[in-house]
Amino acid sequence: MSIINATVDTAVAIAERRSNKATAGVYAGRSGSVLMRNFYALKTSNAVAVISGFFEPVLYLLSFGYGIGSLMEGEASAYAMYIMPALLATSAMNGAIYDSTWNVYFKMHFGKLYQSMMSTSLGPLDVALGEIGWALLRGLVYAIGFMIVVTPLGLVTSWWGLMAIPAAVLIAFGFASVGMGVTSYLKNFQQMNWVNFVLLPMFLFSGAFFDITKAYPDFIVWIIQALPLWQAIELVRGLMTGAVGLATLGHVLYFVVMIVVGLVFTTKRLTALFLR
Amino acid sequence: MIVASKLTKTYGEFVAVDGIDFEVKRGESFGILGPNGAGKSTTMKMIAATSQRTSGELVILGKDPDKKGPEIRAHLGVVPQQDLVDRELKVWENLYVYGRYFGLKRGFILKKIEELLDFAQLQEKRNSKTDELSGGMKRRLTIARGLINEPEILLLDEPTTGLDPQARHILWDRLFRLKEVGVTLVITTHYMDEAEQLCDRLVVMDKGKIMAEGSPAELIKKYSSKEVLEVRFGSANNEQVAKDLAGIGERLEILPDRILVYSANGEKELEKIVKKGLKPVTSLVRRSSLEDVFLRLTGRSLVE
Repeated sequence: MSIINATVDTAVAIAERRSNKATAGVYAGRSGSVLMRNFYALKTSNAVAVISGFFEPVLYLLSFGYGIGSLMEGEASAYAMYIMPALLATSAMNGAIYDSTWNVYFKMHFGKLYQSMMSTSLGPLDVALGEIGWALLRGLVYAIGFMIVVTPLGLVTSWWGLMAIPAAVLIAFGFASVGMGVTSYLKNFQQMNWVNFVLLPMFLFSGAFFDITKAYPDFIVWIIQALPLWQAIELVRGLMTGAVGLATLGHVLYFVVMIVVGLVFTTKRLTALFLR
Repeated sequence: MIVASKLTKTYGEFVAVDGIDFEVKRGESFGILGPNGAGKSTTMKMIAATSQRTSGELVILGKDPDKKGPEIRAHLGVVPQQDLVDRELKVWENLYVYGRYFGLKRGFILKKIEELLDFAQLQEKRNSKTDELSGGMKRRLTIARGLINEPEILLLDEPTTGLDPQARHILWDRLFRLKEVGVTLVITTHYMDEAEQLCDRLVVMDKGKIMAEGSPAELIKKYSSKEVLEVRFGSANNEQVAKDLAGIGERLEILPDRILVYSANGEKELEKIVKKGLKPVTSLVRRSSLEDVFLRLTGRSLVE
């Protein structure tokens, strides 16, 4: 039996190919293997949890959009049309946060999955990108599913609406990269509840259900506008209704910055947790 | 293969590893023996390139683990203290996915998995979820997983802690086979029998420091006698009787429950004790072990 180095493509040879790169200590270029692990886990263990995520925005749409919408004057679907983009943006956020907080927390503290990954030739950035990539893939699938439901209902009024799908992925990316870093600080389930404590009010007051400029004084509006969910909702709403302009670009930039900051932060935290 | 000098690791004020020197040579089986909290696992983590040293030098296969982490880890197989198998995956998937973490090619891994399932005696469990495995099976899966990248060095942290005697012997047998094919083993343990069975050479650690170094036989020869006579006079009487035993054997060790008499010939010492008119409740003559070495070096037992 040949336990030692029987092939040319040994793990060592593969790892040494990146030896001269500046990121050699933290990145092995194999976040794909982390993604693949999640596909196997999906197949073997997690199918139900993942499928259920698709229904969340659809149920909100039926309840709030058509239910509450029926109490309002005018066409019943008008309100559904108003909140639909917000639901897509919010579900992108929720999916990403769920993946990067609860799932990551579980893998970190109970499955000790990252500890195993870090004892291979993977680096912390591989793990971060792989896990975040997984959150994005989920976000992408949910967004496509949501569009398949709402488009036949006549709720999408512009071809720009198609761009809402990549926008949802961008939003998910922003939240997931920050979320994973935040999770690395959390030590118990009580602290995990703080995540929900922050998210719920953000969901309720970020203009998903009403126009904040009509409801609140200016200084509160400014605070809300600084929050990522408002940025996300406005981005998707603009695309769905075809109101695309400089503001759209601004929202995109907001998320690009959030992603970069989040990735640097998360990689630092994973390094501190597992390689110190 | 591994050279450490003045290797130190502190966590805040706490000094986990306190300036240790050691060297591990190719193909040998190197043990780190010590009680819980001696700094064994911390030392292991530094060798595994998953914990950065505070000061001192550590060179693994000519490379610095703080700078070339992923590269060094490609050389290593790691078997952690808890079995960190992926509970969301099946046995087979555990091995496959782990191989992919190293970037190994699919064809290579598939072939390797068959070899490793045979080696770990897990062929029948290949499609089971890991929760269905016994403790011994999980440990063997963890070892199989650690071998997927054909490592030159296999790091085993307390490999048989928590296993029943039969599972331990199966595991020792597997580790012997690895040694035979030239894998360098680094093993931490607080079981002296395990260290005696598996290690060509070992260091005894206590409170972050290395107390002694050598082969099990050398250490026993240097720090203990050939035989040990264990006599019990009842817990309350041991202290009192010990005074009367002065001059018997090369050395005495008084433990709460028994007195150890170190000597080249245990039976002879027992005769002397009986001649003195003392009647031990039980007596036992055995060969010296690493436990005695540890007792001599630190004044404490290994397993407390």
